[in-house]
Amino acid sequence: MPIRVQTEDFDLGAEVAKLRAGDRRVGAVCSFIGTVRDMNEGAQVAEMELEHYPGMTEKALEDIVARAKARWNIYDALVIHRVGPLKPLDQIVLVAVTSAHRGESFAACEFIMDYLKTQAPFWKKEQTPAGARWVDARAADDRALEKWGIESGNAEAPNGADKT
Amino acid sequence: MNIQLRFFASVREKLGTAQESVALPDHVQTVGDVRAWLRERGGPWAETLAEGRALRMACNQVMTDAGAKISDGCEVAFFPPVTGG
Repeated sequence: MPIRVQTEDFDLGAEVAKLRAGDRRVGAVCSFIGTVRDMNEGAQVAEMELEHYPGMTEKALEDIVARAKARWNIYDALVIHRVGPLKPLDQIVLVAVTSAHRGESFAACEFIMDYLKTQAPFWKKEQTPAGARWVDARAADDRALEKWGIESGNAEAPNGADKT
Repeated sequence: MNIQLRFFASVREKLGTAQESVALPDHVQTVGDVRAWLRERGGPWAETLAEGRALRMACNQVMTDAGAKISDGCEVAFFPPVTGG
């Protein structure tokens, strides 16, 4: 289960070719790429900086892939997440999953992304015309994970109090 | 008991530190106790680590809740809700 946290860009074609190389069992490959938008919450984003928790982030991603493998009959999964400075149009994250049939890899790919959004320690800081700001966690991302029967508790402050 | 503290993202900026080693008094036994003990420093510590703030915690690089027991030499981290992907 390859996991990579890196500043460099990645190439979908090359990564998928490597992931399924020589594996004749594979009949389906699903991939997702997340990219940087130029607008977020009403402000123009010129650049963002992605911070992570070296060591814990890699462990969290490995745990997420292990959970996907326990849940679906998939062969392999790849997660690449970039850190450091990124600009609109840049690629941020790649998830690719191989399986015999499409259902498993579609589901596992979405699950890995939903899990990553609320459980992997990454933080985005955006540069906007009004200055730099840390991106707020979205309750919608918690709900996305809840559809898999897993409680997230990432975005919501206890007792509905203010966010940090 | 001695532990390592780590802070990330907005929490790191507000506290003005990324990591430190601390010697804990005996009554500090859980991650939540560490949070409360750090609040006693006042100022940004009291505000940023206040109860009711959306703050996530990790012990030895695994997400945890306030009740998690800590042990000598462990690494306790505080950070805001995550926003990757």
